[in-house]
Amino acid sequence: MPAAVLFDAPGPATVARHRIYTFVGIAAIAGLIAFAFYRLWASGQMTYEKWEPFFTPRYIEAILVDGLLITLQMAFLAIIGAVVFGVIFGVGKLSDHAWLRWPCWLVVEFFRAVPVILLMIFCFYAIFGDFEPLNTRTYWSVVLALTLYNGAVLAEVFRAGVNAVPKGQAEAAYAIGMRKTQVMTLVLLPQAVKIMIPAIISQCVVALKDTALGYVIAGVGLTRMARQIFPTFQNHVATIIVIASLYILVNLLLTWLANWVQRKYVGEKKVLEVSMVGEHGTTTGAPFDSR
Amino acid sequence: MEAVLDQFDAVLKAFGYTALLFAVSGVFSVLLGTLLVSMRVGPIAVLNRAAAVYITVVRNTPLVMIFMFFQLGAGKVWNLLNFQWVDIHIGTLDFTSFFTAAVVSLSLYTACFVAEALRSGVNAVPLGQAEAARAIGLPFSGVMSQVVLPQAFRASVPPLASTLIALLKNTSVAAAFGVLEAAAQMKIFTNNHADQRWGIFIAFALGYIILVEVVSLFATLLERRWRIA
Repeated sequence: MPAAVLFDAPGPATVARHRIYTFVGIAAIAGLIAFAFYRLWASGQMTYEKWEPFFTPRYIEAILVDGLLITLQMAFLAIIGAVVFGVIFGVGKLSDHAWLRWPCWLVVEFFRAVPVILLMIFCFYAIFGDFEPLNTRTYWSVVLALTLYNGAVLAEVFRAGVNAVPKGQAEAAYAIGMRKTQVMTLVLLPQAVKIMIPAIISQCVVALKDTALGYVIAGVGLTRMARQIFPTFQNHVATIIVIASLYILVNLLLTWLANWVQRKYVGEKKVLEVSMVGEHGTTTGAPFDSR
Repeated sequence: MEAVLDQFDAVLKAFGYTALLFAVSGVFSVLLGTLLVSMRVGPIAVLNRAAAVYITVVRNTPLVMIFMFFQLGAGKVWNLLNFQWVDIHIGTLDFTSFFTAAVVSLSLYTACFVAEALRSGVNAVPLGQAEAARAIGLPFSGVMSQVVLPQAFRASVPPLASTLIALLKNTSVAAAFGVLEAAAQMKIFTNNHADQRWGIFIAFALGYIILVEVVSLFATLLERRWRIA
């Protein structure tokens, strides 16, 4: 709802009042920022020594290559895995056969309800327990845990995407004599993918952010770099600001990409809505029955 | 599984911390989120921008980095922010600086998602409703309190519930930052009982699923109760 409808066109008194609010607002925000900088300066966080590693080529390279690149790699692998997982279980959830639908529903709901950290700890100790060195072990634990979680979310996105294709499409395909598999792969999927791409890119943001959860199991990628810089320079504040900025930057790029794709391929249509985990009454969803 | 059953009181205590983290940061994030959304949809352009910037920055930051800041960084910048002044003990539960830092991080992080959920609720109210309310001569406060907000509140229950469920799952991040909640307890068990890892994982996963189901059932009930027509 645009604000213009909520509010009357302000008269002279309201304009004056808004001006006062604006000044108070600016003063409050400027005060907060100034205080933050004052504390940073007064506590000695703004000295060159604290920020030195971020001006040293050796460290910049390490942060970008051993940090950012590894983090992006993990997110990328996890998303690829998640798409595969999501397609399999999304189609499974849409199946006409109850013996296939229910197990798929159970798996998807399970991985959607369990915190990623629990999955990571489990993968780290039980599945990749024998992996050496520690770095690879953490790496694959993070990738597998994120694959399972994001895969479950994408399965739901996928189901919503297929259901969002107008019903007439499937009916028409059946009418010209296509089989169930053909309807899915030739008619529903290609149209659903177009609707789903923005949601998948948004899920990349989630996956990228969640790679940081690897901190629980020794850390890998950017969080690991943070851990390695702390003891040498004692510059926790500076390091956290720099590493967080890198995450924010990449995520903003991804968000921008998702919006661009949405505008270009989907139009101003509403973004796919996915039911929340454990929502009741939305569990059956064969697209082929005539509801 | 035996390990879990033998030390069931430890498991319960761990999930108690999880539930408390969820409850306390849930309250704070809803309060802060409401403040943010009123800045976001309000008529003051400066506050509007400020809220938008805050939401964009924080929701793109990994929660771990926010935890890291309040655990390792904030105390060095300003003494008050090391939360050493918090030292409350109720029964066998201890609420120390670690717990407080976790609550602060979770609240600051979740508040943006709460704000977005509430805003989507406001956006879901059809334009004609506000126009009609204005047409019958209601002042701004009347438009808001009698027409827009009651509908917006109903519409924002499902996204708000999703946000709170995410918060519940996010409390597990505190495991890496000194709070002995469920995920941390599971890590200890998994480390000590190598032969029972599957059972331990299933047990703790079930604990989380039960909590999630409780929240989502509650949300569904509220949604049904408040649904109009």
